[in-house]
Amino acid sequence: MTTTPFVKLDGVAKRWNGQLGVEGIKLDIPEGSFTALLGPSGCGKSTTLRLLAGLELPDEGKILIDGKDVTTSAASDRNLSMVFQSYALFPHLSVAENVMFGLKVRRVPKKERLEKLHRALEITGLLGLEDRKPGELSGGQRQRVALARAIVAGQRLCLMDEPLSNLDAKLRNAVRKDIKKLQRDLGITVVYVTHDQTEAMSMADTVVLMKDGHIQQVGSPEDLYSRPNNTFVAEFVGAPPMALLQSSVLDGFGDDKTIGIRAENIQIVPKGEGRMRCTVNESEFLGAETLIGLDHAGAAGLCVLKPGLSMMAEGNEIDISFHDENLHVFDAAGQRLAG
Amino acid sequence: MSAHANLERRRQAIYGWLLLSPAAVLLTLFAFYPSVATLWSSLFSRGTRRKPTEFVGTENYAELFADPTFWIVVKNNLLYAGITIPVSIFIALSMALWANGKIRARGFVRTAYFTPTVLPMIAAANLWLFFYTPGLGVLDQIGSLFGLPSVNWLGQPETALWAIIIVTIWKEAGFFMIFYLAALQTIPADLKEAADIEGASRWTYTRRIVLPLLMPTTLFIAVNAMINSVKLIDHLFILTKGGPSDASKLILYYIYEMAFAFFDAPSAAAMTMMVIGVLGIVAAVQFLYLDKRTHYQ
Ligand SMILES: Nc1ncnc2c1ncn2[C@@H]1O[C@H](COP(=O)(O)OP(=O)(O)O)[C@@H](O)[C@H]1O
Ligand SMILES: [Mg+2]
Repeated sequence: MTTTPFVKLDGVAKRWNGQLGVEGIKLDIPEGSFTALLGPSGCGKSTTLRLLAGLELPDEGKILIDGKDVTTSAASDRNLSMVFQSYALFPHLSVAENVMFGLKVRRVPKKERLEKLHRALEITGLLGLEDRKPGELSGGQRQRVALARAIVAGQRLCLMDEPLSNLDAKLRNAVRKDIKKLQRDLGITVVYVTHDQTEAMSMADTVVLMKDGHIQQVGSPEDLYSRPNNTFVAEFVGAPPMALLQSSVLDGFGDDKTIGIRAENIQIVPKGEGRMRCTVNESEFLGAETLIGLDHAGAAGLCVLKPGLSMMAEGNEIDISFHDENLHVFDAAGQRLAG
Repeated sequence: MSAHANLERRRQAIYGWLLLSPAAVLLTLFAFYPSVATLWSSLFSRGTRRKPTEFVGTENYAELFADPTFWIVVKNNLLYAGITIPVSIFIALSMALWANGKIRARGFVRTAYFTPTVLPMIAAANLWLFFYTPGLGVLDQIGSLFGLPSVNWLGQPETALWAIIIVTIWKEAGFFMIFYLAALQTIPADLKEAADIEGASRWTYTRRIVLPLLMPTTLFIAVNAMINSVKLIDHLFILTKGGPSDASKLILYYIYEMAFAFFDAPSAAAMTMMVIGVLGIVAAVQFLYLDKRTHYQ
């Protein structure tokens, strides 16, 4: 990895008639990395990706790819490929024609074109489907055609906008692994948009969490999970998300702070020995463990994990405890305090 | 097969026929029966008081082939179709591609180009009469500004048919453009973006993606335009009455003349049969041949 980033966004902003799309996007993406843009729907992930692709032009800021300022360059001059959420396959062209479309446009000689096609179809497991039209393929196969079209030209940067959101859960897990492996094997740089935090956490080297057009935190999945920058990140990342308590509930934290605690750091203790007394509001059996949801006047999203199947009756009162070192402390504005 | 499945199948069949029957009855009454009756009457001679009608086989057809006016009309109609169909399709397509791009003016452009279609045929013809009238017409007024002599566009054999052709193109292009615009709206925007990223120029995108996806529309429009080209009659009534000296006479007008001016019903029937035959063959070729090469979504 080089010291200068492969892709650089510097203070990028995009608005539509004064309405905010994204603002102050600052991002360095090293070559060969897998970066996920994560956030709730409408937070500006697609906008950021489209700015990078050249499908939108920014109102402010600069975009550099491979050291070249491409802020106002056309999409075709940026040497990147893209997988669309809807796949954007050409419905009247066969799989082979779809995949080779870009090569043909760029006047790659026929022999080389066919070689590249063969290799791309081989990698994506589409051999034998060359002559099918997209309408004759399953959702998973279409997704792979889109993938094949993105990798066939051998661009070093590949952008993906929620490429798995149209697949069923089982297929999604399988393709997730395929994409990750593909990115490693080809050594390409991937910028991947998703609203699914599991997807981002499991695939990405770097996760960029966004909200309302602004970046909330950039870091490794482990960073976001164990050192969330603010209460939004804390509540967005992890399943179940972090529970937030008013600091007045606990001793020694003042009144105006917010305390975060994850389910796996909470223990159920015998009555009278706990730091908080809560009411059970639901039990959810997850397979290897059971998630017990808890109610408490000064807390939101409080829950605790118990191994195996161990449902608890609704309305039961239990005491819970936790260690101070597992607590995340946020100030009144929701920003993380040192620690 | 089980009795149950059999019953279900029969129920489905009855249901299907019930749904079909209103259209089938109406078509039989007003399309199939008249066609067969026309074919039948085209095989008989024209009855006079002294000579009753008798079966003459293809004699009416032979007579038509020997009629020089018939050949003039056929030639006129071929020229008329050969120019109006491709030109109006081409203009419609160009206007649609243009209007689809300019998002701001789209609504206005659409309405403007659609106006000719909404106008009743007779009103449209009167409008053009106002353009073409020698001396007073708009065309001559403009011409006279540049010192050009007055031209009787509708009154001389060299220009009469062309004047009709221009009116038709003016009327059809806007109509066909609406179909193209509607079809263009169904092409997802991300196809253009995908093509952009692959480095396709606007022209490549249009030629390799847009035009093929518009093929079903083009086919539909082409068949319609062809049918219209033998259906034109109302403009002729207002603008030229088929004249001067048959220069702008088209097939339907001639059939009308045969039937209601010369009262030669068998000849009119024979000509009608030929039109139906030719239209049927051309439509079959268009659908069977082009259909195979057309992608339907
Ligand atoms: N073409 C557009 N015109 C106007 N507003 C847009 C446009 N595209 C996106 N936006 C707005 O920008 C914001 C971010 O959208 P987007 O980037 O698509 O979010 P997401 O994170 O779900 O991909 C949204 O509020 C959306 O309404
Ligand atoms: Mg999006």
